[in-house]
Amino acid sequence: METPKLEHLTNSNESVISITGLFKSFGELHVLKGIDLTVFKGENVAVLGKSGSGKSVLIKIIAGLLKPDQGEVIVLGKHIDKLQGRELDELRLRIGFSFQSSALYDSMSVYQNLAFPLTMNFKHLGSKEIKNAVMEALDAVGLPDKTDQMPSDLSGGQRKRIGVARTLILKPEIMLYDEPTSGLDPVTSSEINELINNVQKRYKTSSVIITHDLTCAKSTGNRTAMLLDGRFLKIGKFEEVFNTQDEQVKRFFSYNFIQ
Amino acid sequence: MRVKDCNSTMKMNTIGTKKVVFSKAVDNYLIGIDKAYRFTTRFFIEAFKKPFHFREVINQCFEVGLRSLALITVTGFIIGVVFTKQSRPSLEDFGATSWLPSLMGIALVKALGPLVTALICAGKVGSSIGAELGSMKVTEQIDAMEVSAINPYKYLVVTRVMATTITIPLLALYCSFIALYGSYTNVHAEESTGITLFYQSAFKSLSFLDLFTSLTKTIVFGFTIGIIGCYKGFNATQGTRGVGKAANQAVVLAMFLVFLEEIVIVQIANWIRYF
Repeated sequence: METPKLEHLTNSNESVISITGLFKSFGELHVLKGIDLTVFKGENVAVLGKSGSGKSVLIKIIAGLLKPDQGEVIVLGKHIDKLQGRELDELRLRIGFSFQSSALYDSMSVYQNLAFPLTMNFKHLGSKEIKNAVMEALDAVGLPDKTDQMPSDLSGGQRKRIGVARTLILKPEIMLYDEPTSGLDPVTSSEINELINNVQKRYKTSSVIITHDLTCAKSTGNRTAMLLDGRFLKIGKFEEVFNTQDEQVKRFFSYNFIQ
Repeated sequence: MRVKDCNSTMKMNTIGTKKVVFSKAVDNYLIGIDKAYRFTTRFFIEAFKKPFHFREVINQCFEVGLRSLALITVTGFIIGVVFTKQSRPSLEDFGATSWLPSLMGIALVKALGPLVTALICAGKVGSSIGAELGSMKVTEQIDAMEVSAINPYKYLVVTRVMATTITIPLLALYCSFIALYGSYTNVHAEESTGITLFYQSAFKSLSFLDLFTSLTKTIVFGFTIGIIGCYKGFNATQGTRGVGKAANQAVVLAMFLVFLEEIVIVQIANWIRYF
């Protein structure tokens, strides 16, 4: 599939993620059936698709959590599926992953959740430097006063924000968002969309946003990719994907608008 | 004829389906064993590689110790009292009640102390590790560690297995002492024996091999409880149902293996004793 030039969006044609011919199956279940995708520096790509269409599998492969059966996955110039040990860890420090469930460590306070990746990866950092980094990340997500709270005391939207802050603390070059607005009310969803755009501007990140929320895809994605039955049916601007004449895509969009 | 043919074809299909199901079950069983073997051997590789999380090991030691201390104290004391009370009539028949401290020494230090401690810890610690890691797995907290370039096996598994391997032998030793104290209170009530004489008599009957076997057993039990809890938790699936299943399987499997190891280690110790 041809990828459009993006000078008007990101002023860059340098790719940070390049996926070619990606296949992934779980036993008899073929989830991804030949995915091609390029994400350029500074660009947000929203991946739309039904539940179970393989969206989350795709970003887990990009993050190196799953291995592809076939195909090439190049992240920041490295074949992530072929890396191991220290090399993989070094690359992962440059990738942020915001989980659908937020995945906050529930035995730790918000402060400890944010400080944990720093203390484990940068042993030379002092407590003052860690505190500054934590406060900066909390400030970036608009929750500077939540340091002492436990994850169980936070609302769904706050947990998502803290989850994003925990990834931002490592200053990633790529952000991967797995269903950032799922289970949230429209107001909180729009705040999260705003946060994703602010992160892109403030941290100059490139992002892949996995969602089935059209508003989220439209407001955060510089490009939108429509994933159906393990393949991308269309990649382009949101309007281009929206106006696709494919019957399945039309059904997907009409259902969302009825909702 | 046609009906017969049809019936025989159906029978063959049923046998064929059963064969496929059976062979899949065998495959899954063997894959499971291979997975558990790899998970266990990985511990010995990761445990000696940097970085070392000493603080987390100490935290986990406290968790394991404090979680089981009260129960082990009460159970140990009761075992000592009850076992002495039940052994007394038989020894009285032979006029051999003076052998009670020796008998209790052998029974409590060699067998009951380590076994009871291991069973209590399999229930309390094994299930807790299985549930905690299982819940971390299904809520993607383990994946979150991995994407933050933190080795979850090293941070979660190695530290917990080390903690159980260190703490359970200490708890077993403590349990044996408390059980002997329970036994002493009963002996003292009947015969006014002094505590020093009681403990001296109890330990006089134990050889170095007995104590070494007991210690080895508890180390093996500790390792088993830790690794089984972690393995089941780390491989939990199917959401909250999977967490409960992981905790339950961790207890059942750990208890079964503890009994199996008890038999094997006692048998090996007996061979060593006779040669």
